[in-house]
Order: sequence, then C-alpha cells, then structure tokens
Amino acid sequence: MPLLKMASVSLLLSLLLMACGQGESNTASGNRLGILHLGNGTDPQELDPHIVTGVPEHNILTALLEGLVLKDPSTLEPVPGVATHWDISADGKYYTFYLRDDARWSNGDPVTAQDFAWSWWRALQPALGNQYAYMLFAIKNAEAYFRQELSDFSAVGINVVDDHTLEVGLANPTPYFLQLLDHYSYFPLHRATIEKFGPPDQRGSLWTRPGNFVGNGPFSLTEWQLFKRVIVEKNPHYWDAENVSLNAIHFYPTENITTEERMFRSGQLHRTATVPIDKLAVYRRENPELLHTYPYLGNYFYRINTEVPHLSDKRVRRALAMSIDRDAIVQQVTKGDELPAYTFTPPDTLGYTAPNGFTYDPDRARALMAEAGYPGGDGFPVTELLFNTSEGHHKIAVAIQQMWYKELGIKVSLHNQDWKVFLNSVDSGNYGIARAGWIGDYVDPNTFLDMWITDGGNNRTGWSSARFDQLILEEAPRAETREQRYRLMREAEALLLEDMPIIPIHIYTSKSLVNPAVKGLEPNILDYTLYKSLSLDKKSAAELPH
Amino acid sequence: MLRFILSRLLQAIPVLLVVITVTFLLVRCAPGGPFSAEKAVPPEVVRALEAQYRLDQPIWQQYLSYLGDLAQGEFGPSFRYPGRSVNELIAGGLPITAELAFYAMLVAILIGVCAGVIAALRPNTPQDYLPMSAAMLGICMPSFLMGPLLVLVFGIWLEWLPVSGWGELAGDKVLPAITLGTGYAAYIARLSRGGMLEVMSQDYIRTARAKGLPERVVVLKHALRGGLIPVVAFLGPAFAGLLSGSFVVETIFQIPGLGRFYVQAAFNRDYTMILGTTVFFATLIVLFNLLADIIAVWINPKMRHQLSRSR
Amino acid sequence: MENPHSATLTQEQGSSLWRDGWIRLCKNHMALFGLGVMVFFCVIALLTPWIAPYGYEQQDLQLGASPPSAAHWLGTDIFGRDMLTRIMYGSRVSLLVGFVATGVALVIGVLWGTVAGYAGGRVDAVMMRLVDILYALPFMIFIVLLMVVFGRNILLLFLAIGAVEWLTMARIVRGQVQNLRHQEFIEAAFSMGLSRWIIIRRHLIPNTLGPVIVYTTLTIPNVMLLEAFLSFLGLGIQPPQSSWGLLISHGVESMEEYPWLLVFPGLALSITLFALNFLGDGLRDALDPRASKD
Repeated sequence: MPLLKMASVSLLLSLLLMACGQGESNTASGNRLGILHLGNGTDPQELDPHIVTGVPEHNILTALLEGLVLKDPSTLEPVPGVATHWDISADGKYYTFYLRDDARWSNGDPVTAQDFAWSWWRALQPALGNQYAYMLFAIKNAEAYFRQELSDFSAVGINVVDDHTLEVGLANPTPYFLQLLDHYSYFPLHRATIEKFGPPDQRGSLWTRPGNFVGNGPFSLTEWQLFKRVIVEKNPHYWDAENVSLNAIHFYPTENITTEERMFRSGQLHRTATVPIDKLAVYRRENPELLHTYPYLGNYFYRINTEVPHLSDKRVRRALAMSIDRDAIVQQVTKGDELPAYTFTPPDTLGYTAPNGFTYDPDRARALMAEAGYPGGDGFPVTELLFNTSEGHHKIAVAIQQMWYKELGIKVSLHNQDWKVFLNSVDSGNYGIARAGWIGDYVDPNTFLDMWITDGGNNRTGWSSARFDQLILEEAPRAETREQRYRLMREAEALLLEDMPIIPIHIYTSKSLVNPAVKGLEPNILDYTLYKSLSLDKKSAAELPH
Repeated sequence: MLRFILSRLLQAIPVLLVVITVTFLLVRCAPGGPFSAEKAVPPEVVRALEAQYRLDQPIWQQYLSYLGDLAQGEFGPSFRYPGRSVNELIAGGLPITAELAFYAMLVAILIGVCAGVIAALRPNTPQDYLPMSAAMLGICMPSFLMGPLLVLVFGIWLEWLPVSGWGELAGDKVLPAITLGTGYAAYIARLSRGGMLEVMSQDYIRTARAKGLPERVVVLKHALRGGLIPVVAFLGPAFAGLLSGSFVVETIFQIPGLGRFYVQAAFNRDYTMILGTTVFFATLIVLFNLLADIIAVWINPKMRHQLSRSR
Repeated sequence: MENPHSATLTQEQGSSLWRDGWIRLCKNHMALFGLGVMVFFCVIALLTPWIAPYGYEQQDLQLGASPPSAAHWLGTDIFGRDMLTRIMYGSRVSLLVGFVATGVALVIGVLWGTVAGYAGGRVDAVMMRLVDILYALPFMIFIVLLMVVFGRNILLLFLAIGAVEWLTMARIVRGQVQNLRHQEFIEAAFSMGLSRWIIIRRHLIPNTLGPVIVYTTLTIPNVMLLEAFLSFLGLGIQPPQSSWGLLISHGVESMEEYPWLLVFPGLALSITLFALNFLGDGLRDALDPRASKD
C-alpha cells in the first residue's frame, strides 16, 4: 500500500515536472543568441583529424581547425586560410606558402610553419593508424615514409623556411593540391597540447576532449557528449574573429532521419543532415523554400563481380546497365533531384566531363543478351544483388530487379546485409552484383578513376586493364596541361565504361532542410560549409509546417 | 538467509563466465572486423590498429587477457570511440537509461495496477474487459509504432512536448517514458488482476466485508496489500528488462542511453563494447533475479520454510 | 494439479476436464473472439497464394503510393504494389515465425522441464543451472547479436527466438512435474513396473498440458513482436519476403504521407496480438484447475 501510494505520488510529480510545457524552441533562442543548431548524421567517433574518417567529424573539425587554404563556398576556388598567399613553381611541383602573422591558436600561441610540418609528420606515423594518410601522398616521399621504406623524415618534401614560410615539394605536379589542403588530414595541430596528453602517435589520447582541445579555427570546443551533442563556441583568438557572426554551433547526432525531420519541424534544428525520401515531395509541394538540394560529388553505382562466370561477359554487363530506366528511378524512387548517371565521374567536375558510356536502350540490351547466349533471359542463372541494409538501397534494388525482369527476362534475388558483413562480402569478392557509393575526396576526376587500377583497394570487381593502369598511373600524372590531363582521363574513363565492371545509377544530391533564418549558406558540389560566413537572422520567425 | 544469498552469488560466477565466453566467441565469429570501411584501409593501418587493440594475438590469449582485465573491473578500450574506455561509455549511458527505465516503470505500474484492480472487481464483465484491453494496447502496439505516433500527435500536431532529446528541453522525458512503460503495463495489469482475484476470494476479505466495512476500504486497505505481491515480485526482472530493452525507444527519441550504445556497438563490431554491455546486463539481470527471489522469500513465509527445508 | 483424480483414472473423466475447460472458455466472449480471429487469419494465410488479389512482386512504378481504392482495397505502396496482397503474404511469415519459434520453445522446454523435474537431484540441479545461465543472457541483446553474427536467415530466426523462449516453459513444466511426481498415481505407475519413458509420456506430459497451452498462447504474440522489433532494427526477415513487422517499420517512415502503409499492417499485427492475448488469458482461466473452485 505505501509502495503504491508512493509510486503514484512520485509518478504524478515527475509527470508534472517533466511536462511543464514546451518553452522557446532551439531555433528561436538560437536566432536571438547567435547559436546555430545543426543535424550532423552519425555520432562523431573522435575529433582527432588523423584518426577520423567520416563526414560528421569533418563538419565539426572544419569549425575547430583551419588549414593553409580555404575554399570559397560558392566557387570552390582556393582562398587564403592561414596562408595569405602562395607561389607555385613553373613545373607545378613546388609550393611556397606565406603564413599570416596574426594566426593564433585558441590559447593565444602563434600558428607557425613548424606546426604544419609537425602535424604532417604526425599524420604519417604508421602507429597512429591514420586511414586518410594517403591524402598526404601527393607530397614527395610521403608514401615511402609512411610505408617505412624511408626512415628519414627530412627526405619528405616538407621544408620549414622560417616561422611563416613553408615549402612543399610534390611527387608529381598535382593540380588539385591546393584543394587537398582544406582536408582535415592537412590541418595543423597544437604540438604542446598533444604531447601533454601522451606520445604523439597514441590513438585516442585525451587531447581532443573539451577543455584540452586547442585549435586554430573560428570556433573552439566546449562540450562533447556522446550521442547527445557537440558544442563549439566562437574562438576570440581566431585571426578573422571580427567577421565570425555566429557565437556557437551545436552539432546533434541524428542517425534516425525520421526523428531528425521532426526535430527540424518542431524548431529544434536550423539545418538537417539529410531529408527522408518520403518527405521530399511534401516539402517540394508545400514548403519549397525550406528544401535545399544540390548535385553532390558522388556516384551511386553497382559493382559487378567480373570473376563470376556469367557476369564476366562484357555484353551481359552492358545489357544490365542499358536496361535500367534511370529517369524512372530518379523521379519515382529517389525523388531528390538526383542526376541519372551515364558516366562514373560526375559531369563537370572542375571542367571535366566524361563521354557517356552508354544510353538507356532496352532493345540494344536485349540484343546484347541474345548475343551473349541468353535470348530473353533463357539460361541466365539467378543472380544475387547485394546491398547494405537501408530503406533507400532497398527501394532502388526493388525497382531495378523489376526492370531487369521486364526488359531482359532475368531473375535477380535481393540480399541485404548489415554494413560490416556487407563490406566483408564485397571485399572478399563474395557477391554477384553489389550496391556501392563513392564520394570524391576532392574535385578532380582522379579521385573517381584511380580506384579502378588493377587490384586497387577500392576496385573490388576483379576488373583489370593494362591500358587503364598506364593512363592513370603513368601518363595522366605527367601531363603538362589540364586539357592534356583531362584528355587522358577521358580516355581512361571510356575504357572503364566500355568494359562496364560497374553500373552507374545516379549522381548524388546533397539534401537538407534549412531554416530561413540561416543566411550565407552557399550550395556547392562538396556540400562544403564555411561556418565563419554563416549568420542568423535575429528577427526571423519562420513558419514551420505542422 | 545470508547463506542463501551467498551461495546464489557464488553460483553467479560460473554463470557469468559462460556468458562472457559465449559472447566472446559469438562476437569473433561475426563477419567483418571493427576497422573495415567503405574506403579500403591500407594494410599498414590495419596492422597498426590490430597491434594496438591486441587483435594480432592468438584468440585464446586475447580471451585470457580480457578475463584478466575484467577481474580488475576493466572492460577495455572501445573500438569505435578511440580513447574512451567501455567503463566510461557505460558510466555515461547507464544513468540515462536507468532514469528512463524508472519513469517507464512508474508509468507501467500506474496504468497496470489501476487497470488490474478495476478489472478484478467485476471479473468477466465489461468492467473487466475494458481496462484490460486498454492495458493490453501497450503490448499490442510495438514501441517503434507507439513512439512515432505519440510524437506525431503530441510533438508535431499539438506541440505540447518535444519530439526528441533527453534533459535538454522541458518535458522531453514524457513521451519516451510512456512509450517504454506501456509495454509493461499489460503484464502488471494481468498480475494484479490475478492477485486481486485470488485475494478477494479469501476469508479475511469476506470477514472484512461481513464487518460492514465499505467496499472502498476493503479493496484499498485490505485486498491490495496481498493482491499486489505478484506485482512486487515481478518488478525486479521487469526493471532489468526495461534497462536492456530500452534501445528501440532510445533510437526513436535520440536518447544517449546504454541501449543505443549497444546497438551501435553491435553494428560497428566494437568487440569490447558489445562484450562489456552484455556482461554488464547479465550481471544486472542476475542481481535483479536474486533480489526478486529475496523479496519473494521475505514476503512469503511459506517459501522461507521451503528454503530451510531444501537446505 | 491438485485434484489427483483428474486425468488419470478413466478416459471419460479425463476428457471431462477438457470439456469443462471448453465450456468455461465458451462463456468468455473475449477469448472466443480471439479464437475466431486467429482461425480466420490462419485460414487466410494458408489460402493466400490462391486468393490474393495481385501478384506478390507485381509493381506499378507509375501508380506509386495510392490510397485505398476499388482496385486496391488497402492502397498501394511506393512501387504500386497492392498492400492487401503484401499484408496477406506478410501474415504467412509473421504467423509462421510465431508458431514455429513457439513450437521450438515448446518442444525443448517441455522435454527439458519434464526430464529435470522427473530426475530430480543432481541432474535437475545441473539442468536448471543451465536455464539460469541462459536467463542471465540479456535476451534481446543476445538475439540482436545472433542476427548480426549469422546474418538474416529465417531458420536461424526461428531457432534464436525459440532458444530464448523455451526457458520459462522449462521452468513451468519442471514445477508441474515435481508436484506430480509425488502424487499417488505416479507412485502407483511405478509400482506397476511401467518404464520411465512411458510414465513420462503417458502420465507426466499430459498432466502438464494445461499450463503449457496457456503459456504457449502467450508466447506466440511475444515472438511475433520480437520479430517486429528485429525488423525495426533491420535484422528481421530478408526482403523480398515480408512480414507485418517489416511492413510496419517501413510504414512508420512515411506515416504522415501514406498513412495506409502503416495503419493496415499495424492493425493486422495489433488485432492478432490482441486476439492471442485474450485467448491465452481465457485459456488460463478455463484450464487452471484452481479456477474450478469458484
């Protein structure tokens, strides 16, 4: 009896306590105080730029740290970051960066050329297990040093001239090198802080925790709660602090995209990381001003295992690619303004457009199947289409399964696997056709093509072409002009598309819901946000849909 | 009594050892390692990572060193969160999950006991069916359906309560607690209905009625005490169940609790985190079961007798 | 069983317990309703391949998601597939999971419990210790782990769920058997020189049936719900097969745009769970010998 009484009283009390009504929404208070609330996808694993691999971590790190060069968010052209200007040698292999005098760490220390050299040294320490170490391989001898074929770091093309001058020697003229500098692998780190919390090549030392983290970006870390939020606040020591309008940014992990959309609608987020497929049409119809979509530097495609006997025939692979009605998929299934893909590299990647490798042509596809010995799909073995568990992948696979059945008369069975199992299956070649996605590391066709070299770690299709390898590894890197280089790249991509070890399906779009109070957001194909150029409209009282 | 508790605690050790071993082997059988990623990981990096987490040792050696760490109360480092120990992660998630489970329990008890008692007063009449059906709604509506529905109505349409979060906005704990609690309300309703039915037919209740006490007093003062014994015995296992079953609700409402850590760990092959959480939950369940038994013995003298006899 | 005369003496008296139970069950309208619903759903599920209005995989991308209409009584999903058809096919999987996994639990649990209760002593102690060990596995977590480790395989799903659900069954049966063992009629059977196996099969197991049936009816909804949870986490049935759980978890994502994708599978699952729970409660009231005192 007393238990029951106690229970009911405490329940009523706690219900009352819990439910004292909804106060001011995050966005309303955020607009007033200059706090941006962002949905940020999966929970960030770590904030050490030499350990992390994901987009959510990237989003936070670009607020906390700043490289030599930034990108203009509207044109993606390099603009000064810590370096005010730079010289490039005539052969394109030597870069000299001149660092600004007023660049400061968040503890007031000056940012120097030594900081960069030391950070890049750290990035190449094998014991650290840096999965993006290859981003630094553009630098001369960096790869050999990382692979421990070379033990003398001074042979690596990094040369500190003085506190504010840094010289970098490259292995090959790399036209996209300035872009790489904005990747977190190239960010500077504060040596004294890292060494205070352990050896420099120790994974997960405590230097990344709030209170310890010393950065040189426009914001500094004040809170990091797993599965809850990361808070960064304006860094007063930042060299361009007077032009930073936001006072703080809150990053929320939002794996559950249904919940994320509802958070946006109830005013808990200024911007979402993505938009659920079923919501796209609704927003487009009722609140088009809130929905932002833009082409994204990534390709959604299917890998074909060329070592499976019936898939080793090029004609079969081409027939599979040519019988998919990509317009129907984009309009009826993905619905996010994706571009149907007939090439692997997204069109107009910094002036590069590959020739279409094929067209949607079911008649031709049927003819190819007949030539290959499967007229009307007769005798074609049931093929497994593998994808990782996700509603979006499932929908596309269901639609394609039906198209192949209708156009070619072939049966495909769908299999979804949990992410890690899926990776394992694809990596060990234990699949027939497998879903894949590739997001470019930088804006250049190379990031889409060098993965297809023979036995490349990301190839995984068993496809191999000596001519392709030669073009990508030997000829293109030595090209003198951009036009010449792109011509070689186009030739390589044509080879890839002719043999069709992959079926491009669509070019990704970045999709987000944005509160109208957010100003200064520039769409670009990298979905790159320069937080210092964002601001919030104090007076905005946007009506959100119910 | 003390001997009973001690022997049960001693028995728990081999139980936990088996749990650890089975989980350890299961996790290692899972295809895909903790460090695989969509972009191929260079072999140098894989080697460095495996060396750091002792994955390059033979499996029996890994097992033994894990047991060694465990004996010192160390669950080891998490694979997904570099630099965070599993102890740290559990310590961070547990209070939140426990709080959620506690509120859910209150919701379940309130709904369940009310429904059960009301139903027991007039068995097999509408007064029985109606509250029991209402309580049963909780079981029949999976929480991943109930949660989003509640959010839609109270969060989006009515704008009374926040749609997600935990301890950030006023009232954000209400919907998760209700979503999780209703699932257990029907069990409690059933138990209290059964308990009440049994008690109501006993002599002392008849005596009380015969004395002319008002029905309200009979029910609330005399019958409830005995009728709720089954419910009390159920609370221990139920709380353990709520703790380990909260992950669906935590996923829907983006609550940073232990359940969400666990599911993430399973999908990410965070070996130590999976093991740590499983062992932790197993210990918890063993303890709560023991607690439930102790309470049962304590409430019910007959069983105390049995216990001494069986020794 | 407190009444030693119950099922053992003669056939007529044995069946009269069941007849009593049946009469009591018939008085319980909710339980009868539950029984009716279950029979109806099972018949529909069995006949689905012949009576389903459309083909299971038949798509109509141009139609897309459409609300209920004359052509599609329960609407269509985003591929233009008929929802009624999908729910009917889903019922086959959901009910199958419910029945088979419960069946697995039933077989293991009854055998285990009978042997443990009958043997007593050290055998009993060891066997029940094993049950305790499995009890201590956080079982939701255990199943998630199993599904992640061994992949999504419907057979495994039956086994995994069954392997977890048999524990309570074993405990219930053991308790019953322990009680029965010391009753006169078992002692009598012993003294007549009947073999152990015959005693177990002819006398012990039939006499534990009441509580077992009750518990079985209550396990089926639990199992179906568990499958639905796994579907929500992406660990349930493999598409293109579908279950109510899978349909619901997809429906939840688009509940505002296409509510019919959620409402109808949700109703189907909820009604089934409701029916089974009421049937179980009714059976308990009907078969519990103590209830006969009233």
